[in-house]
Amino acid sequence: MLIRKPQDIPSHEITDESLFWGRREWLASVGLGLVGAAGLPRLLQGQDGALKPDSYDTITSYNNFYEFGTGKEDPKQNAHTLKPRPWSISVEGDVKKPASYSVEDLFKGLTQEERVYRFRCVEAWSMVAPWNGYPLRDVIKKLEPGTKAKYVAFTTLLDPVQMPGQRRGVLDWPYVEGLRMDEAMHPLTLLVTGVYGKTLPNQNGAPVRLIVPWKYGFKGIKSIVKIRFVEKEPATTWNIAAANEYGFYANVNPNVDHPRWSQAKERPLGQFFKKPTLMFNGYGDQVASLYSGMDLRANY
Amino acid sequence: MTEAQVIRRIVKPVLWVAGLAPLAYQIWAFLTGHLEAEPVKGMQHFTGRTAIIILFITLTVTPIRRLTGWNGLIKVRRLIGLFAFFYALVHFAVFLVFDLELNFGELAKEVVERPWITVGFSALLILSVQAITSPLAMVRRLGGKRWNAIHRLIYLAAGLGLLHFFWSQKKDIRLPLVYAAVLAVIFAVKIAVARRSKAPRVLGAPGKTSESP
Repeated sequence: MLIRKPQDIPSHEITDESLFWGRREWLASVGLGLVGAAGLPRLLQGQDGALKPDSYDTITSYNNFYEFGTGKEDPKQNAHTLKPRPWSISVEGDVKKPASYSVEDLFKGLTQEERVYRFRCVEAWSMVAPWNGYPLRDVIKKLEPGTKAKYVAFTTLLDPVQMPGQRRGVLDWPYVEGLRMDEAMHPLTLLVTGVYGKTLPNQNGAPVRLIVPWKYGFKGIKSIVKIRFVEKEPATTWNIAAANEYGFYANVNPNVDHPRWSQAKERPLGQFFKKPTLMFNGYGDQVASLYSGMDLRANY
Repeated sequence: MTEAQVIRRIVKPVLWVAGLAPLAYQIWAFLTGHLEAEPVKGMQHFTGRTAIIILFITLTVTPIRRLTGWNGLIKVRRLIGLFAFFYALVHFAVFLVFDLELNFGELAKEVVERPWITVGFSALLILSVQAITSPLAMVRRLGGKRWNAIHRLIYLAAGLGLLHFFWSQKKDIRLPLVYAAVLAVIFAVKIAVARRSKAPRVLGAPGKTSESP
């Protein structure tokens, strides 16, 4: 299980990359005593499901964020025009506390957590990232949705000045995404505000993005400005762009190919050879029950 | 220097260096860690684009020859065409080794089931046949007419390669559009030049011996 115990220190005090590794080394040496040093590599390589995160540089240099260009390295270069502070998020729809919240208010009283998650892009590359954020369920509980709220819909900022990529009609702007309520309420689903204990960089979707680790990366909508609680399945951007290639669910599934390429394997960033993709990206034990009885080939 | 000497001593060496430069760049990037975060995808895109560009350059040899009247240029067309084939082959090899791990069953499946792979693979087959029939001995063995029929398929290969490029894009098709525009210009010039020029096809005329070494 990858969920770590909640941390009771604020994110800015947590980790930079070297401290992150230092802490694991320390934990390993404490945990394994005299064999600590020798046992460390195996511990990091994935015993007990422990994952080795990619470097901060990798995670923040290779991004799909078309609002800043369609090249993978464009967002890092161009996202400086985004102003993530101050930032407000409008909460709408069937909910008891609709309002425009500042990011600080939205998360007030909630505990930030660190989660090391696999990240699987629909393009068949993958990475591992140590996110900092808040379980979406905690935020939703706080906002108190009504009985008609069957789905949660998210919207990215629409501002071609801050997001110059929106001047081209490569996608329908603004970017929209959505989750079924049970998916949104799942403890693995995270609203992310940081990575490696640092404030989330613009190119990764500052100040707040979604991470749903058992789904393809494009479900992880970035720079969120609106959260709506709705009754019907909301439209999602890549589904609008190419409905035969990208579905609403977008669960990682090695048995259902993208029309143009196999999803059976994935290539970890920086590596030459592929490795098998896991059902639900390795989170099947936790999430498979959400989809029992559903035809995953039809609901891709 | 005679025209033949200029081609042998200057044009061909320059073409060899230019033709090998993309490969040298890839090897340098590979050895020094300058490939992108998805190194295999980076190599695929680079070698694919290089193959298409060189294929386009191959198509410009004849109109340039006719416009300049420098008929000796025909002697470098084969070399340029073989470089285009070489990069298409490397492109394919990267796919076969790193994506399919030399699993030929997978390859057959990909070629049959995914139309954009079918298209790219067809282009490679055309270039392969052309490479095999590129030696002068093959021109003589096949006869100019048949040889020309085979080598006119380069237009089809260029079109298929371009289609494969379009199809490989997720959403942003600006770059393949630029390539398509360039190909359209090349075709327009070729047609205009061919209409104007009454120059005989060097390799097309049966019994013509101007290609003899």
